[in-house]
Amino acid sequence: MKYDVRQLPLLSNAEIAAGIFDMRLRWQQDDLSVACGQFAHVYVPGKALRRPISVCDVSDGVLRLVYQVKGEGTKIMSQMQPGGTVDVLAPLGNGFAVEKGKRYCLIGGGIGVPPMLYTARQCDDPLIITGFRHESLVILQDDLKALGETLLCTDDGSAGVGGFVTDLLRERIGEVDEVCACGPVPMLKAVAAVCREFGKPCQISLEERMGCGIGACLVCAVRVRQNGEEVMQHVCKDGPVFHAEEVVF
Amino acid sequence: MADLSVKVAGVSFHNPLIAASGTFGFGREYGAFYPLSTLGGISCKGITLTRRDGNPPPRIAETPSGILNAVGLQNPGVDAFIRDDLPWLRQQNTVIIANIAGNTVEDYCQMAEKLSETDVDMVELNISCPNVKCGGVQFGTSPEAVEDITSQVRKYCQKPLIVKLSPNVSDIAAIAKAAEAAGADAVSLINTLTGMRIDIHTRRPVIRNNTGGLSGAAVFPVAVRMVWQVANAVRIPIIGMGGISTWEDAVEMLMAGATALQIGTVLFSDPYAPVKINEGLNRFLDENHLESVTDLTGTVKPYI
Repeated sequence: MKYDVRQLPLLSNAEIAAGIFDMRLRWQQDDLSVACGQFAHVYVPGKALRRPISVCDVSDGVLRLVYQVKGEGTKIMSQMQPGGTVDVLAPLGNGFAVEKGKRYCLIGGGIGVPPMLYTARQCDDPLIITGFRHESLVILQDDLKALGETLLCTDDGSAGVGGFVTDLLRERIGEVDEVCACGPVPMLKAVAAVCREFGKPCQISLEERMGCGIGACLVCAVRVRQNGEEVMQHVCKDGPVFHAEEVVF
Repeated sequence: MADLSVKVAGVSFHNPLIAASGTFGFGREYGAFYPLSTLGGISCKGITLTRRDGNPPPRIAETPSGILNAVGLQNPGVDAFIRDDLPWLRQQNTVIIANIAGNTVEDYCQMAEKLSETDVDMVELNISCPNVKCGGVQFGTSPEAVEDITSQVRKYCQKPLIVKLSPNVSDIAAIAKAAEAAGADAVSLINTLTGMRIDIHTRRPVIRNNTGGLSGAAVFPVAVRMVWQVANAVRIPIIGMGGISTWEDAVEMLMAGATALQIGTVLFSDPYAPVKINEGLNRFLDENHLESVTDLTGTVKPYI
């Protein structure tokens, strides 16, 4: 394992939905040096902490980070101008384990949708379910359609069908071997419960406020059950992707 | 090329930069950026007699020019450290400092005894952790308590003993004097300042422990002041820390009276900070025709 901080040329940084930005950076390494579900730790000038952003896609030497403006740091990120460079520590973490020959259902909720794009790129014919609160927040539908069958839902029915990703998962879970999900914790819990009910393995990508991003400072703790014992692991280094049945929510 | 080496309590460091406890784990992660010999030393993650899981998350929040954290001393315990981490650390060609914390004075004594039988270079007594319910800072907030625990641990500790001081006290000089009188070989300061933030929408504290320790550039002026006050009060060497982010900060802390330095929070935004600080220190010494970094220690010219 070797870590590097790189200055990546910023190609574009456009708002693609209300408060959601699509940052595209020149990735000079091999595309395949990044695994699906890994994240990038982005330096924000003037801020004490980097911002962990999941990798949305790596394709033809372009690294995409799709992020939501939530506070001062992401606001500064959204104001970064093409032509400059962005200081990025990436790729970090353990992503989704996808195997050839298995059919996956990929589930994204809200700002948890972006990592499912690069994950879809690694899968054969995935079934992709995305859910959002409202149509104004819907992102990445065209990109995802190019990689598999997509199903869309919104909480209020303003785009796709009305309801939750778990409603769609229940209807189609019989067609897939395994489920990978990223989104808010209540959604992940619900997805994990459906997978348990139908006996399907489930991998989930977690989020926690982070410090170093590499497993040294131990702040992004998550309680995990392993070999019958509960232990603290860390989202940055052991995750962000965990087996759902091991996570103690 | 100036001489960056320093000596603290008889232990030689090839440069004055030491990774601060709690920010650097047991070194393996940062060892994936650069050889750990880039640093003069490593103060390892605080260890306790038995394993601790630490506090529930969130354990960190960003604040203006700093961070608030409450990890709560998550660590595998002293025996696991000695068995699993120390042999690897020993091969990294840098000074290894074990940072110990406990619930009772006996805990500290037992750990000091165990570590005295290992090839760790120094022991740092953590009596300043603000984030655990029991122990930690309670041993570090009065001169009497500091003198008591330092003298007890001194009996069991065959290694050079550093006492790490809390800034959450009214008279830091009196605390440092108490550590010195009880046999400390050096003091390190400052640990984090106790702080709190509240989310105004949920009315919940932003970290799960309610309060946490503030570190980063925000605390640097407090750290410089305290190091200066302690330098005027004790003869033992001082390891200065608290928000050092640039080589200029490093020079300033040395001038305040520090012999060596610890850096922590800056690593989270710039893992290469130690490399840059060493380069800057070297350049500053050359430009000022100083042969050794020790020529800077305590050279502030205060107004009378």
